[in-house]
Amino acid sequence: MVITPNRGWFELHLDEIWQYRDLLWIFVKRDFTTFYKQTILGPLWFFIQPLISTIVFTVIFNRVAGLPTDEIPPFLFYMSGIIAWNYFSSCLTSTSGTFTANAGLFAKVYFPRIIVPLSTVVSGLFRFGVQLIMFLGFYFYHIYMGNQNINPSFQTILLIPIMIIQMAMLGQGIGMIISSLTTKYRDLNYLVSFGTQLLMYASPIVYPLSVVPEKYKLYILANPMTPIIEGFRQAFIGKGVLEINMLLYSIFFTLVIFILGLLVFNKMEKNFIDTV
Amino acid sequence: MQDPSNIIEIKNISKRYNLGVISTGMLTKDISSAWARFQGKEDPNSRVMVNSLNKSNNATKVWALKNISLNLKQGEILGIIGKNGAGKSTILKILSRITSPTEGEARIKGRVGSLLEIGTGFHPELTGRENIYLNGSILGLRKYEINQRLNRIVDFSGIEQFIDTPVKRYSPGMYVRLGFAVAAHLDLDILIVDEVLAVGDMEFQRKAVGAMQSTVGDTDRTVIFVSHNMEMIKSLCNRCIVLEKGEIFFDGNVDEAIHKYKELNNDKTNLEIIKDNCQIIYDEEPSRPFQIKSIKVTNKTGDEENIFSIKDQIFVHINFIVRRHTIDLMVNLSIFENGELLLTSNINDYDNKYSFRIKKGQYKTTIMVPALTLKAGNYQLRGNMGISNYLGDTFDTKNGIEVKVHDKIDGLATNTTFTTRAGKVLFPVKWDIDFKGL
Repeated sequence: MVITPNRGWFELHLDEIWQYRDLLWIFVKRDFTTFYKQTILGPLWFFIQPLISTIVFTVIFNRVAGLPTDEIPPFLFYMSGIIAWNYFSSCLTSTSGTFTANAGLFAKVYFPRIIVPLSTVVSGLFRFGVQLIMFLGFYFYHIYMGNQNINPSFQTILLIPIMIIQMAMLGQGIGMIISSLTTKYRDLNYLVSFGTQLLMYASPIVYPLSVVPEKYKLYILANPMTPIIEGFRQAFIGKGVLEINMLLYSIFFTLVIFILGLLVFNKMEKNFIDTV
Repeated sequence: MQDPSNIIEIKNISKRYNLGVISTGMLTKDISSAWARFQGKEDPNSRVMVNSLNKSNNATKVWALKNISLNLKQGEILGIIGKNGAGKSTILKILSRITSPTEGEARIKGRVGSLLEIGTGFHPELTGRENIYLNGSILGLRKYEINQRLNRIVDFSGIEQFIDTPVKRYSPGMYVRLGFAVAAHLDLDILIVDEVLAVGDMEFQRKAVGAMQSTVGDTDRTVIFVSHNMEMIKSLCNRCIVLEKGEIFFDGNVDEAIHKYKELNNDKTNLEIIKDNCQIIYDEEPSRPFQIKSIKVTNKTGDEENIFSIKDQIFVHINFIVRRHTIDLMVNLSIFENGELLLTSNINDYDNKYSFRIKKGQYKTTIMVPALTLKAGNYQLRGNMGISNYLGDTFDTKNGIEVKVHDKIDGLATNTTFTTRAGKVLFPVKWDIDFKGL
C-alpha cells in the first residue's frame, strides 16, 4: 500500500470496498436496530409515516384543493409518489451529512468513507421494500374491490429496478457533492433539509404531470425525478406520462451527477479531517 | 519497496497545516470577504491580528512534520516520544490514512491496525457483543476473524455477564475494558498504537501491557507505539525515535532516546544533569568567575546515599571552581526543610588553610553533618557561592539534593526521646552533673 499526498480525481479502489463489505453490512444492521430500539411502536414507524402522509395529501390536495389525480384512485396516487420520494430523499439527506455527522469516527480510524453513504442506501432500500409491500397491500385491495382504472403496464414494471437504482444514484450523487461542501460551509446543511422539501413540490407527487400547464412543463421535466415518479405510477396503474426521451435525459443527468459526486467525494476524503 | 526486507518505508514525509482563518465557515461570509478583497478594501470578516505584516493573507501555515524518513523491518517495535506538539500524533494519522501528507510518501507492506482511541464507533444502543463486531469491523477485522476471537475477547474484558446489555448502561470502566479487549486482539501484521494504554486502573493497565507484550513479543508483528510513559516504552520497544518540532531528533536505542528526550526538556537556565538522586553536576560555564561544579551526598563509607537515620553522619561534597580573582568569596551549605532555612554553614566558619579569599583553582570540599543533628524529616541540601556583601555574582544550586532522615533504628531504645523531641533540630549536648544526696 502506498500513501501519497494527492489522490487523483478518479481512484475508486473498488477492491477496498469489497474488503470492507462486512463493515457495510454491520452498519446497515446498526441503522436498523438503533432505529426502533427504545421506541414503543418500533418497526411500525416504517408504515405510519407514508400512511399518514397519504391520508393528509388525499384530504388536502384532492378533496380540499381539488387537484385531479389522472383518474387514478387518489390514495394509490399519493402513496406511490410518497414511497418513491422517501427513498430518494433519505439517500440524499443522509449522504449529505456523511462528513459532518461522522467526523469523530473518521478522525480516529480509516475505512473507505463511501461505506457510510452506501450503508444508508442499502438500509433505505429495505425500508423502501417494506413500504412497497404495504403499498401493494392497498393496491390489491383496490383491484379486489373492482376498481377499473388500474391497468398495470408490464413493460414499465421491468424498468422499476432501473428506476430504483437511479433514485439511489441521484440521491447519493447530490448528497456527495453537498457533503463535500458542508465540511467547509455548515450553513448548507439547512439548505438540504428544506431544499428537498421544496424539490418535492417540483416533482409530480401531489399532482400528475398531465395537469401542468405547457409553459411550466419544461421546468418540471428538467427535474430528473419526474420521469421516475411518473414511471412508477404508470408501471402499477397504467396512467402516467412517460416518454423514452424523458427517461433517457433523466438517466443521463443521474449519471453525470453521480460521477461528479464521486470525484468530489474522493478528492475531499483524504484531507477533509484537517478542515472540518 | 526499495529494500524488500522493509515492512514500512517512509520517505520525506511532510505535513503542513493552514492556521488562521481559511474560511469563515459560512458561505455568505466567504463571498462577502472575497468581494471585499476584490474591491481592494479590507476584509470585513478577518480576525484582528496584532502583528499582521501581511494584511491580505488570513492564513498562516505551519509544518507539523518536516522531512520524516524512516524504515522499519518486520518485528521492530518502534517507540515515538516527544513533547506535546512535536508531531507524534500527526505521523500516526498519516500512517493510518486518516489524513494525507503534504509531501513525501510511505510504503507499507501488510495490513495495518490503528489504535488511536478505545471503543471507536461504539454505539450506545447496541449490546457489548454487537459492539465487539462493530468495533472490530471498523478496526479492519473480517467478520469470521471476529468470530474466531470472540470468546477470547469476552474473556479478556472481564465483563462476560454484561455482554448482552446495551453499552449505554456500562460504567466508564467497563466501556474501557470492552474497547481494550477488542483492541488487544487486533493481531494484524502492523499495529499503530497511540497511548491508548494510558487508561484504566492499575490492574487493568498491567493486563494491558501484558497483552501488548504477548501481542508484540512472540510474533513478528511490527508495532509503532507513541507514549509519554517512559517505563512502557522501555519495556515494550526495541527502537525509539524522538520527535522535536516535526523533525526526527534522534533515532536509535531506547535508553539513549529517553536520555535525549529528557535533555531536550530540562530547564536550560541552570544546566543541570541529575545523576540518580545523590549528585548534581553542573555544566561548566567559563564566563562565570566561579561556580559550583557538583554537589554530592554520601554516607560514612563514601557511597552515594540520600536516606539516613538520625544516628548517621551525613557527608556533603561540594566541588567548586574559581576562575578569576574574587575578593571576599563565600561558599555556603544550607539545609532547608519545607522551603524554610534551618541551618547554614560557611566555608570560612572555621579558619582554614585556604582562608578563603582569592586563589583561582578547583576545590573539592567535604562537610560532615554530625549525627543526631537532623530530626526525622525531608531536607534539601543546597550550596551557594557569592560575595560577602551579597552584591555581584552568585551561584546557587537552587533546589539541591533531597535527603531523607528517618528515626527507625534498633539500639536507640534508651534514647527514644530523640525521636519525639520537640524543637527543630536535635541538640546532643552533654550535661555535666554534680549530685549531692539529701
